[in-house]
Amino acid sequence: MSTQVSVKSRLSSTVASLKPSGIRRFFDLAASMEGVISLGVGEPDFVTPWRMREASISSLERGYTAYTSNAGMLELRVEIAKYLEERFSVSYHPDKEILVTVGASEAIDIALRAILDPGDEVLVVEPCYVSYEPVIRLAGGVPVFLKTKMENQFKLTPEELEKHITARTKAIIFCYPNNPTGSTMSAEEWQALLPILQKNDLLVISDEIYGELTYGRMHDSIAALPGMKERTILISGFSKAFAMTGWRLGYVCAEPELLAGMLKIHQYTMLCAPTMAQMAALEALRHGRSDMERMVESYRQRRNYVVDGFRHIGLDCHEPEGAFYAFPSIAPTGLSAADFAEKLLMEEKVAVVPGDVFGESGHGHIRCSYATSMEQLKKALDRMEHFVSRLS
Amino acid sequence: MKGAKKLSGTANDRLSNRNRVKESDRLLGRFYIEKENGVVGMDRQKQMELLRLLEEDSRQDAEQLGKMLAEPKEEIEKAIAALEDEKIIVKYPALINWERMDDHPYVNAMIDVKVTPKRDVGFDEVAERICRFPEVKAVYLMSGASYDLSVVLEGKTMREVASFVSQKLATLDSVISTATHFILKRYKHDGIELEDRDEDRRMVVTP
Repeated sequence: MSTQVSVKSRLSSTVASLKPSGIRRFFDLAASMEGVISLGVGEPDFVTPWRMREASISSLERGYTAYTSNAGMLELRVEIAKYLEERFSVSYHPDKEILVTVGASEAIDIALRAILDPGDEVLVVEPCYVSYEPVIRLAGGVPVFLKTKMENQFKLTPEELEKHITARTKAIIFCYPNNPTGSTMSAEEWQALLPILQKNDLLVISDEIYGELTYGRMHDSIAALPGMKERTILISGFSKAFAMTGWRLGYVCAEPELLAGMLKIHQYTMLCAPTMAQMAALEALRHGRSDMERMVESYRQRRNYVVDGFRHIGLDCHEPEGAFYAFPSIAPTGLSAADFAEKLLMEEKVAVVPGDVFGESGHGHIRCSYATSMEQLKKALDRMEHFVSRLS
Repeated sequence: MKGAKKLSGTANDRLSNRNRVKESDRLLGRFYIEKENGVVGMDRQKQMELLRLLEEDSRQDAEQLGKMLAEPKEEIEKAIAALEDEKIIVKYPALINWERMDDHPYVNAMIDVKVTPKRDVGFDEVAERICRFPEVKAVYLMSGASYDLSVVLEGKTMREVASFVSQKLATLDSVISTATHFILKRYKHDGIELEDRDEDRRMVVTP
């Protein structure tokens, strides 16, 4: 009856050993304070455009409340195929090569689970989204981190890639345009990596969730390069491009064998993505382009404004070509990223995320999301200027 | 597309006194204002972007707009001055929700006005005449309706509006008939919702 069982012992050793997200503590601190201006939000500041909300409401009124096929509504997959072809010159068969998921997050999970055997190594290009490492571990894999540097605009170089490949390396995962740095990779930069990826027969998990959010150039998908479609698992979704984070809708594209593997996991664990969200996504692809372009224009303007602002304050900042993050260096202040972020929050009530939350390459940087109103950005920059000038 | 072409044509014609515009660029839908010392000025796309920003908030200063558009402040000032000269930027009013000012009683009405167009001047003459009354807030020529002009009126009371219609508007020579519709409440004006805009419901920090 009264046998004491510690909670930890009931958890699997894998789960027990996972570190809680570094953002959590910061979130609790910021959430408890009044009057905080947050540059810590990793999602659009736009509410989902009305046409998508309305399409979803209308689908409910018409009674679209049942399951869809496991892979998602065929109509939606057809639209995704058309969209990817038109925007990024990658062609996937809607019936055999596209699977609609519950956010890109699910897609990352099932992609890794579908390909990994215990002990397989996965190269992770960091700084990166916080879920890659834990999800690899949950799938029994071993993450191996590839570092990127500000002097290379946080791009992956062939040297860094080659250095970490072993006989156990199965795949590489990265996100470009990148969270948290805003970096992008061009077709030429991808090209330089291809011989190494091909020689070592690596699978590529390409998280392209920010693919629409590029400024002054179009996103280049690695899957569009010759011979790469066969070895690439392309992941994207509706959250960032169409301001649909809460709908939890993404998709994954891969050649039929890989996709069938992922579909097995998806059908047993998720069954299908929510129908009303799929309806909204259908509308986004059919008629949401102008809404999306309006948002991208606004992000670009704000990016220009904040990057200029950081440089003016004296925080060195590379020009982010995508996503909605600036990743300035705070090295000259002499503080660690965590100390900088905490002091800034306590003293000036501005929330930013310490860069090392996203991996070791993020040391000495802070992630600032400019997906917030110009008014807030202006105030935040003023407060940060006070803060930095006090430090020096 | 048609509208855009016409706009750039007009701008070119008026700019031609001061500046030379490259014909090939104009045909491509972009035009550069050229001066003796080389290309200055903004391309058409950026001008449109500047206009959208000002339409959203005309109080943003040239310095901020310059940073947002990655242009020097002086270029923004020049572009705005040119757009004002062209009468593309007409005025910088504030959108005011007068309904929130209790001591500012007023009523708005939309009047459907049927008129006889005149030879050579069509509807323009009577429309311009109606525009001159300060009570008139807007005048539109309409298609597909059983009337020709839609006139938006403002008055202190319903009686004031009614008497304007019967004494000033209906008595104009070309006016055949009027129908007055009083506006009960404004929900959205010039693309902006006056109440209940979407709030920011995001969490403070997310990955």
